Amino acid sequence: MSDTTNTSGPVLAADGTPLKRSLAKALRRQKLRALLLIAPLLLFILISFILPIADMLYRSVENKIVVQTLPRSVEALSSWDANSGELPDEAVFAAMAADLKEASEAKTHTKVGSRLNYEYPGIASVFRKTGRKAKKFDIENGGPWKEELIDLDKDWADPGIWRTIQTYSPSVTSGYFLNAVDMRVGADGPEMRPESERIYMNLLVRTLWMSLLITFSCILLAYPVAWLLANLPTRQANLLMILVLLPFWTSLLVRTSAWKILLQQQGVINDILVWIGLVDDNARLIIINNQFGTIVAMTHILLPFMILPMYSVMQTIPPSYLRAAKSLGATDWTAFWRVYFPQTIPGIGAGSILVFILAIGYYITPALVGGTKGTFISNQIAFHISTSLNWGLASALGAILLAVVLVLYWAYDKIVGIDNVKLG
Amino acid sequence: MADAASNDGFVVFDRVQKSYDGETLVVKDLNLSVAKGEFLTMLGPSGSGKTTCLMMLAGFETATHGDIRLGGKPINNIPPHKRGIGMVFQNYALFPHMTIAENLSFPLEVRKIGKSDREAKVKRALDMVEMGDFGGRRPAQLSGGQQQRVALARALVFEPELVLMDEPLGALDKQLREKMQFEITHLAHQLGITTVYVTHDQTEALTMSDNVAVFDDGRIQQLAPPDQLYERPENSFVAQFIGENNTLEGVVTEITGDTCIVKLDDGEIIDATPINVSKVGDRTTVSIRPERVEYNKERLQEGVHTLKAEVLEFIYMGDIFRTRLRVAGNDDFIIKTRNAPDVERLTPGQQIEIGWLPTDCRALDA
Repeated sequence: MSDTTNTSGPVLAADGTPLKRSLAKALRRQKLRALLLIAPLLLFILISFILPIADMLYRSVENKIVVQTLPRSVEALSSWDANSGELPDEAVFAAMAADLKEASEAKTHTKVGSRLNYEYPGIASVFRKTGRKAKKFDIENGGPWKEELIDLDKDWADPGIWRTIQTYSPSVTSGYFLNAVDMRVGADGPEMRPESERIYMNLLVRTLWMSLLITFSCILLAYPVAWLLANLPTRQANLLMILVLLPFWTSLLVRTSAWKILLQQQGVINDILVWIGLVDDNARLIIINNQFGTIVAMTHILLPFMILPMYSVMQTIPPSYLRAAKSLGATDWTAFWRVYFPQTIPGIGAGSILVFILAIGYYITPALVGGTKGTFISNQIAFHISTSLNWGLASALGAILLAVVLVLYWAYDKIVGIDNVKLG
Repeated sequence: MADAASNDGFVVFDRVQKSYDGETLVVKDLNLSVAKGEFLTMLGPSGSGKTTCLMMLAGFETATHGDIRLGGKPINNIPPHKRGIGMVFQNYALFPHMTIAENLSFPLEVRKIGKSDREAKVKRALDMVEMGDFGGRRPAQLSGGQQQRVALARALVFEPELVLMDEPLGALDKQLREKMQFEITHLAHQLGITTVYVTHDQTEALTMSDNVAVFDDGRIQQLAPPDQLYERPENSFVAQFIGENNTLEGVVTEITGDTCIVKLDDGEIIDATPINVSKVGDRTTVSIRPERVEYNKERLQEGVHTLKAEVLEFIYMGDIFRTRLRVAGNDDFIIKTRNAPDVERLTPGQQIEIGWLPTDCRALDA
């Protein structure tokens, strides 16, 4: 409160300093202590979460290797018109010869070769082959390099190679991202890849679609279980809770392998179906190594993530609401649908977000029970990280996945409202 | 005990029993009849079976034995939503995801009442509880008292003939509770609806009801209008439970017509009215209300027995004085006197003589 002598201007504290400043001063110690308390966690998150994500995002566009390994060629190629259909002139070949000599001495020619091979299959072998001889190049006196290089590998006469080098010479590239959405840089800018080479968009759509199915089946299965958990007497509810949590205490691999045993063609389920005569022995159901197998196994594995938020929301809904609805004349169904169900939506929302986001990033289970038709985009990411070593593409795929999740999260916030999500 | 339920009541409990576990009876042989338009309160300590009775009437619990009739028809097998009974819950149970108007509209919607009709009824019900401007709000935006009004309006909006209330004022502060007590009774009488009200607050029961059924141990201990309940309790439980009460224990030594002489355990003799003592030699607990005890000798009736008492504590409470005495070995004997100019203020340590009219002192079961 300002006193009567000082009706305008900031409110002052007893000693004459502005009240805001003295308040900030009083709170500074407290804030500092709070910050210190969370500092270890903050540091951990920074190192183990934020930095890797930033690094991944950077790798998905980073392309310094071409300009660092082939600096002369990149410069010489800048004036070449890739659409002319002609090979670059002697100066470019000479620059390439010099770059390759240097690169082969530093043993980096294969790296740039495999980098460019992602964009133009076959380049890797050209670089490897030429690089082997490049150490003996006599740059000062040798030549003409055009003939010499083409003589070493006739692919040097392919303008496509040169165009690829030119296209991917900038140190930042959209190539990985284009690749990740089944596009490439053609003669007239970005274009779709031919039908037969498209992989990732289909995979992304499949991942999203199957994650949605998994989320939906989780909702259907979890709702009654959560309801029971919230409404049974404590003793039974505790027992049921242990059953719900049991899968958490079992290894993911064990659970997935169990599904393999159950679902395979000579497995338990098929055996039973054959035994009771529902399925002919020669026509055993194929319920694993396809999308069905992935959906079944992942629904099972992710179910607790749906049950727990639902349960925690349902637990807070007093039974008097249902009674009130019935006393007001609602049938059991109307009371459930108009009064109980709307109040459980925050739980469904929280569970769905959790399950969906976990599902689209899942990779062990689809890899084990998904066969070829039931794998997710994460399996491709894992492949590029550990087998093909195309980290740029893996990063771009990861970045797209991250973007999709963020967009969905934003859409959810717009439609349902993120305030409506309750995790407990 | 109430008389066996007559058939002309609007709500009738006929020999109703209820057990949850098959071993103990929560409600034991309950007979009760509520007339149309009557405001009946079920009063009792927690666990006395009063809420169970209400839930059986609403249809959320089934009677283990006996009939419950509404308007002459047995309703034991009618599901709650077809009983057409309005109900106000302890914590209001307003649906948090609906606005106030939607809450009120709900019972009308499930009855398939047209939109314009619905709106008119909702408006009328809200105006009735003076909440007309709050239709668009959510329950969480209202204060406890306002939520209480809305809950009441919602229970009345579909014009039920019977309204049940389960400790509806329990969550309100004292002042608001007193205000709402008045409003609820006023509304119930104005609309002529039959009300069954459950509470453990005896003041509430006395101020609101036409009749009060005092529950204990699964039975109705006494069913009577408030004044009778207070002034003429039929057993020591009711005497103790309703209002403040002084008790003295002794043996009946003489019964003459409607008065008796009781010899207290320390040898003193008092006059009382025999209620449930039948013969000389019966042990009895005599009950006397604090405000009916007289210590001004000039006002004591001629010929009645008096008791010696020592003042232990004098409490000034504004409108009344509350004095704690030691009487016949009982250290918790309370008397209340109106704060008037001619009333003597007692001081601790003072020795006085007290007495009362034999009609105010009731010899009850031991």
